[in-house]
Amino acid sequence: MGAYIDHFPREAKLIRSAFYTSFIMLALGGIFGVIQTLHRTDVVRFIDSADYYTVLTAHGVFMVIAFTIFFLVGMFTWAVTTSLERPLEDMSFSWLWFLMMTVGAVITGVTILLGFVESVDVSADVLFTFYAPLQAHPLFYIGLVLFVIGTWLAGADWFRSWWAWKRENPDERIPLPTFMVLTTMIMWYIATLAIAVSILAFLLPWSLGIFDHVNPLLTRTLFWFFGHPIVYFWLMPAYMMWYLLLPKFAGGRLFSDPLARVVFILFLLLSTPVGIHHQYMDPGIAEGFKFIVMTNTMFLLLPSFLTAFTVVASIEHGARQRGGDGYFSWLKSLPWREPAFTGMALAGLMFAAGGFSGMINAGMNINYLVHNTLWVPGHFHLTVGTAVALSFMAGSYWLIPQMTGRRLASKPIALLQVVLWFVGMTFMANSMHRSGLIGIPRRTAEPQYQGFEFEAALGSVSELNAQLAIGATLLFLSLTLFLWNMLITAFNKSAESPGENVIPTPLSGPDDSPAVLDNMKLWTAIAVVLVILAYTLPLASIVSRGGLLGRGGDAFPVSIDYLALFAQVALESAAGLV
Amino acid sequence: MNIHRYEKLWLVAALVLIVGFIATITYGSVGLGIAMIDDEAETVNPEKLNEHEDFGEPGVKQVGENEYEVYVRAWQFGFDPGSVEAGLDPIEVPANSTVTFYITSEDVIHSFSVVGTNINTMAIPGEVSSVTVEFDEPGEYGILCAEYCGAGHHTMEGKIIVHPEDEYAINGTDVETGNDTTDETEA
Repeated sequence: MGAYIDHFPREAKLIRSAFYTSFIMLALGGIFGVIQTLHRTDVVRFIDSADYYTVLTAHGVFMVIAFTIFFLVGMFTWAVTTSLERPLEDMSFSWLWFLMMTVGAVITGVTILLGFVESVDVSADVLFTFYAPLQAHPLFYIGLVLFVIGTWLAGADWFRSWWAWKRENPDERIPLPTFMVLTTMIMWYIATLAIAVSILAFLLPWSLGIFDHVNPLLTRTLFWFFGHPIVYFWLMPAYMMWYLLLPKFAGGRLFSDPLARVVFILFLLLSTPVGIHHQYMDPGIAEGFKFIVMTNTMFLLLPSFLTAFTVVASIEHGARQRGGDGYFSWLKSLPWREPAFTGMALAGLMFAAGGFSGMINAGMNINYLVHNTLWVPGHFHLTVGTAVALSFMAGSYWLIPQMTGRRLASKPIALLQVVLWFVGMTFMANSMHRSGLIGIPRRTAEPQYQGFEFEAALGSVSELNAQLAIGATLLFLSLTLFLWNMLITAFNKSAESPGENVIPTPLSGPDDSPAVLDNMKLWTAIAVVLVILAYTLPLASIVSRGGLLGRGGDAFPVSIDYLALFAQVALESAAGLV
Repeated sequence: MNIHRYEKLWLVAALVLIVGFIATITYGSVGLGIAMIDDEAETVNPEKLNEHEDFGEPGVKQVGENEYEVYVRAWQFGFDPGSVEAGLDPIEVPANSTVTFYITSEDVIHSFSVVGTNINTMAIPGEVSSVTVEFDEPGEYGILCAEYCGAGHHTMEGKIIVHPEDEYAINGTDVETGNDTTDETEA
């Protein structure tokens, strides 16, 4: 036994590369995050308000496309190789998908950042959602396509490992970590089909000037077809850590393998046919469809409730193994000095809070009060911004030593970092939720209006802004500590062993569950049927109302004849890159 | 399949909670009558709004004793009517009235969000959002666009003035009663 790098040195290099890329994206996303918070709260404004939206697009895309998904591919590669106990089938194929994702991310990222350079006529100030008729430069969409195809190939790589393993182990149950990867990837394939259609059939040709219009409601609906399951794509690696690593750090074992499988199957089935819950306020979609997705969304709470039980039970088991007792005093026996444990436990705690604000979002008629207010970013800074991001950072304190064979540079600073993130996010999320309740909108450079003021029921708007700015500053500080720690660790010369790469066996193993849980074809078929049921009628209605290509509404910024200028612009951006 | 007894209890409790949430939302729809924005209104051609019967001359129209319709066009970066800052009229209605807003966009996706109320809808080019609300008391409300719509998004705002009933007829700027309004504006 030994560290991951001792068993899989080639894979460890790939996983390191994915993690380091994700950290670079996190650093960029964090810088833009603090700039925008200080700008919108009017604490420090050193950019033009028109550039705020370039900053916001960069923050969104770098954080939730690049940071999360680069981390995911590293994490999933670790999970598959560790649990199947076999190396990847073909490293050159694996490097191909990683390279493709990287090239895609760089193209999209540079296209966004060129929005700051006025002399180059390239921009993509369309935010993470890129709702038409807001239009980005074609390179923005091309980069996204490459990135997504890279993730498809990554998924194919993991399936390939599983198939090879299955041939050699025909009668064995799929190991839980691999099971989690496979179900998550099936969900991702289904979800990304919509964004592929949206970009390849509509947005990219439209941005190239091949046709003049798109149907804004259609591309928006296709976005959310993809846009809701993507939140589970961010979340599943964090769940995986809570199921596989957190019990280990707590000194115990996972409570139940069968229920973990059920949870991942529920996510596969339910995470896609709910996207319209982001469109409760949209015209052109009947109330009945909205009601159906509302009920689906509420049932999506179930796997998270089950997770809460299993994870807490596993931690409690760990604490009792360590000598803890009593109803609650076992909490004292947990390894709170371990940053990996404490970070994930705090992340899980904040996820519970995020889950509750999510229930409000999900309630379609309550949604009128919070839709597109700061409440919504408040919600997802608890979920993706903490449950996911903090778990990833905490997990890195264990994973990076595994991948490098080097000792973590500073454990106390790591501990300070995860606690600082928790405190910073408490300020930020508190401010955002409360600001949202009094109607302060999200996604705006200057939420200060001439004709009216927001009335805080409790405290004041300036107090809310101060909390937001303090929160962002603490988060940025925490992020800096994390990156510094990772940087020093990467170059740490210490040869101390980082511990063994072992996932403890669950208390209740896979043999306690029916074999049908491992039938990937069955679950895929059911997931597809549910998506067809949820989306056929709404999409047919949207197309019959507005046409496939819409009936008007010019592209913004007004598109010039890209086909003529494309070569020139591509050259300019290439020059900008060099 | 082995499920721990406590876990079964937890599962049942979670399901009860979920069903409870759905019941609450259903009560909001059926009991309180909070309808969702839907596909009731007909689509429009965003490039030909000037030729549209109602959006061609957007504004307030009285359609019944205490009933009004307000046609609003959202654009980069304002509301017509509503955006006082852009030199347009505010939306003016009397208290104790039932008002149906019809909102569309002539360019990109916007929103029509009335601060401090639950009037909040997207304005999508080609689609029309219809929202029926009741204004009981006189007062002033701010309108803002809560969907990013371009570089000047943060300047997009407007105003609704709810006049006391007896003052409304007197100061009713552009608003005249009855069907005359429609005829006049089209002339």
